[in-house]
Amino acid sequence: MLKKTPLYDVYKDYKGVKLIDFGGWELPVNFENGIIDEHLAVRKNAGLFDVSHMGEITVEGPTSEEFVNWLVTNDVKKMDDYQCLYSPMCYPHGGVVDDLMVYRYSPDSYLLVVNAANTDKDFKWITEENEWIKNRNDAPTIKNVSADYAQIALQGPKANGYLREMVGPVVDEIKFFRFKDSIEIGGQSCIVSRTGYTGEDGFEIYCDSSAAAKVWNTVLDHTKDRGVLPCGLGARDTLRFESKLPLYGHELTQDITPLEANLSAFVKLETEDFCGKDALVKQKESGVPRSLRGCEMIDRGVPREHYKVFSTEGDEIGYVTSGSKSIMLDKFCGLVLIKRGIGLKIGDEIEIEMNKKRKRAKLVKTPFYKQT
Amino acid sequence: MASPEKLKFQKSHEWTRVEGSIAYVGISDHAQEELGDIVFVEIPEVDDEFEAGEEVTNIESVKAASPIYAPVSGKVVKVNQELEEAPELINQKPYEAFIFAIEMTDPSELDKLLSYEEYQKSIEEEE
Repeated sequence: MLKKTPLYDVYKDYKGVKLIDFGGWELPVNFENGIIDEHLAVRKNAGLFDVSHMGEITVEGPTSEEFVNWLVTNDVKKMDDYQCLYSPMCYPHGGVVDDLMVYRYSPDSYLLVVNAANTDKDFKWITEENEWIKNRNDAPTIKNVSADYAQIALQGPKANGYLREMVGPVVDEIKFFRFKDSIEIGGQSCIVSRTGYTGEDGFEIYCDSSAAAKVWNTVLDHTKDRGVLPCGLGARDTLRFESKLPLYGHELTQDITPLEANLSAFVKLETEDFCGKDALVKQKESGVPRSLRGCEMIDRGVPREHYKVFSTEGDEIGYVTSGSKSIMLDKFCGLVLIKRGIGLKIGDEIEIEMNKKRKRAKLVKTPFYKQT
Repeated sequence: MASPEKLKFQKSHEWTRVEGSIAYVGISDHAQEELGDIVFVEIPEVDDEFEAGEEVTNIESVKAASPIYAPVSGKVVKVNQELEEAPELINQKPYEAFIFAIEMTDPSELDKLLSYEEYQKSIEEEE
């Protein structure tokens, strides 16, 4: 039996909705207009996503800051109250447990937002399996509250204006990677953060599961006449891909370190101890073996996950982690995890094996697309 | 618009239209609907030979690649070059946008294909 979000009953009867099994959740891959129109709505106007499948874990108590800071690779101690922080969370060997968003209410109270498919694994890791928890008797109170929360993302250049119309000028006070709580949408109290997974300006709205339908309908009824579309997982993936936002299971796994995925901006090796630090310091010193790069096809073809990548000399140098058509660029692009330090520069050619044929691609700057 | 009732189908969602000894192959309305926006068609090579049921090429939607299987054995004699620039024609006119055409070596293989009615039934069973 597939799990369903509190919004399932709202959109299951929408005309043209296509539902799929996504890691055990029955979720829309796209609605009536299809992935391309949904992608364009978010790039040019705004789109609304149900992301209630994401996991939420609360950490509370006096040792919360120390504990969360040890769990993740980014610097939690530098955070302000009502700030959000993106960070990988690593195993001692440097591979990634998950990548997540840390919301700080205070140094004694955090909300961690994790990937849906990893929620149970993460909760176990955080509450039982890591060294800090095993060796301390003053652990914070940790709860998996995923079922209590719905999450709705309103993304796109016009998201701010639409939300201001509904909620008032308080919305403008929510700066990038900050959040506010007790924001009323459709009479329901919400947490609103200026964050997202599309490369556009926008908001992620958290509310009680029982309030989800009211919030979703309020936003959509207010904006649909102006072209705002409900969007599915398909557009969520093409949008995050174009903006080179990593997706766990693809660009990040337990066998890929955040340094290899070129996320060193989110790994603070100079700060105090955190899980995986020794391994990552060692990796940095001895040379990070792989690098996550972007490429664009020269020959015709679509690079897809796991396709092998070769140098023009014919050596296998890595593989494709994600690939798709870039809808904004009208080009076929791929993210490739390839050997580092072999002198490949932007513009240099590589080859990707597709259906037993080697096709030419060239390395390009990432993100593939950036809002100007 | 070409009428699907006159076409033959495979369970894997390809349609076949026979003109003399030539079998034109495309994908069904149901298949294009399921795949969503089609962004790329790997145009097969003329003169390549295939057995019935063998994979000829791939078409790619935004989401994923889907193989296209030969309905009958024979040699590719024609390809729809238009799809290279306009793969969305498959979404717009699924029963007109053929992908390739095969010169049949054994037309009796056509008997193994499904009628439109049988194909519709197979979709319902699938769902």
